[in-house]
Amino acid sequence: MCLIILQLYSCKRDPSFDQPVTTADNISFSVPSGWPQPYYTFQNNTLTKSGFELGRKIFYDTRLSKDNTVSCGTCHQQYAAFANLDHEVSHGYNNLLGTRNAPPLFNLNWHTSFFWDGGVNNIENQPINPIQNPVEMAGDMNAIIAMMNADATYKNMFTAAFGTNEANSQRIFKALTQFMCMMISCNSKYDKHMHGDAGGEFTDQETRGLAVFRSNCAACHKEPLFSDFSYRNNGLQPTVVNDSGRAHITKDTADLYKFLVPSLRNLTYSRPYMHDGRFGSINDVLTHYTTGIYQSSTLDPLLKSGIKLTEQDKQDLMAFLKTLDDPAFLADARFSEALAK
Amino acid sequence: MKKQFLILLITGIVAMAASCRKDPSNNTGTTTTQYGKTKLEFFNNVGSSKLNMNTQWYKNENGDSFMVSKFNYYISNVKLTGVSGTGNYAEPNSYHLVQESDASSQSFDMSNVPYGKYSSITFTIGIDSLMNVSGAQAGALDPLNGMFWDWNTGYIMMKFEGTSPQAKTTNGVLQLHLGGFSGANSVVKTVTLSFDEPIQVGGNTPHVHLTADVLALFKSPNKIDFSNTATIMTPGAAAKKIADNYANMFTITYAGL
Repeated sequence: MCLIILQLYSCKRDPSFDQPVTTADNISFSVPSGWPQPYYTFQNNTLTKSGFELGRKIFYDTRLSKDNTVSCGTCHQQYAAFANLDHEVSHGYNNLLGTRNAPPLFNLNWHTSFFWDGGVNNIENQPINPIQNPVEMAGDMNAIIAMMNADATYKNMFTAAFGTNEANSQRIFKALTQFMCMMISCNSKYDKHMHGDAGGEFTDQETRGLAVFRSNCAACHKEPLFSDFSYRNNGLQPTVVNDSGRAHITKDTADLYKFLVPSLRNLTYSRPYMHDGRFGSINDVLTHYTTGIYQSSTLDPLLKSGIKLTEQDKQDLMAFLKTLDDPAFLADARFSEALAK
Repeated sequence: MKKQFLILLITGIVAMAASCRKDPSNNTGTTTTQYGKTKLEFFNNVGSSKLNMNTQWYKNENGDSFMVSKFNYYISNVKLTGVSGTGNYAEPNSYHLVQESDASSQSFDMSNVPYGKYSSITFTIGIDSLMNVSGAQAGALDPLNGMFWDWNTGYIMMKFEGTSPQAKTTNGVLQLHLGGFSGANSVVKTVTLSFDEPIQVGGNTPHVHLTADVLALFKSPNKIDFSNTATIMTPGAAAKKIADNYANMFTITYAGL
């Protein structure tokens, strides 16, 4: 059995962190110093190195899809902070398109719900959706389980992770969760700045940008996760798709056009932005907030009059938002496709 | 001297008697708990006759004709209430999917039931709310059983499918997928039914027959009209109406050896 070591450390960067994955028998999840406690705690899903590695292999396995071309990693790319770079919506099986933007994957442990409409209440229940969605992976879970039960490598990995070699849906989802819930992004320049660490010295512009951020954005994009995980209508004009957002789940008209507030970390890598990827740049996002708000009965009260930013404010804010980028997260070899045997 | 001796003697006898009083927990004469089984068998009827899927036409309270092609429900958190002297029993990991199409799913044994007499059974139709938020599950709760909404996490507690000429859907298809575990429209129902005579769990295994009447789904307190209720695929008021009806659908038609 692998030992689970839970320890608190400050997410200070040790140069050895960037080395290839060690072959030690243990793996540790740590709550970054100063952060709130995560919602997902690995209860009933003991975190082990073998569970993590099995999850990584599954994450990058295109055999989960109907035509063996689409894996989770196809639309969730590490170099895009696990979003789908330059794609408003993703193309899946048979080049079919969806209607919503693939979100980046990090800090999922703090989410209380998943998808732009919050329809999924536990990260373990998320993967079945893209796997079975006919326009994403169009996968057949029974066929996937049969494939894994016939594959010598998978059989060894299931035994290492769960004790016996048989695959089933629960084990697949728990392994994927162990992989995804180790993806913590907490080592940006902003984080170093907040801890007073070397490399965190803000320029005057970044300091001004932080002040602009706290005055205008922080109510919804709450530090340190840069989201309060609520559902809000941020004034996006409905398109022909007419995505009802949260109302699709609650059937409550008061929830029309409300979507999950996304984190603002790693924006440089994860464009385009919004639930349908309509904005290709942060500049376009800020123009929306200053002059493009679409009024409706469910528009968030905080945006009734838009956000007032001078041109200088915008430049400062964009400089600050860049301090939320975490290049070490993109380079973290533990999450790479190269290591998914 | 004699009196003092007598007092000493009496005191000594009383002391000896006191020390001889047995600590009940050390009494090797008391019985250790023995465990047996109880078999639960589920029967799906329409009115007083066995449900025949895909072959027989029925009529609901509203006068709509219908035929059944699928009838599945979850039974969970099964408990037995003991008659005085017998404790209560709660089945561990108590989650069962009863499917009309699968005879083997229609009965199961509860094990490790302490010997004794039990006067009633309590169970949930559906899956308790905690299990709906607890992540990936297996066995009866595996999402691959087709009783789970992946896009809106939660179990389909009861699935009724069939056809009715009164339904305004293509081919008169009826699809009633009933779920929802929280808030005003929760369909989770807990039912307690008493046995006419307490059942005795001992060396022999008592059987309990739980019979569901499909007609109850559409009868009371809410009369269901297939011309406006043919498709339910999400939690909501429509599902709640039918759940309020199906809370009454079970009776005990046999309980004994």
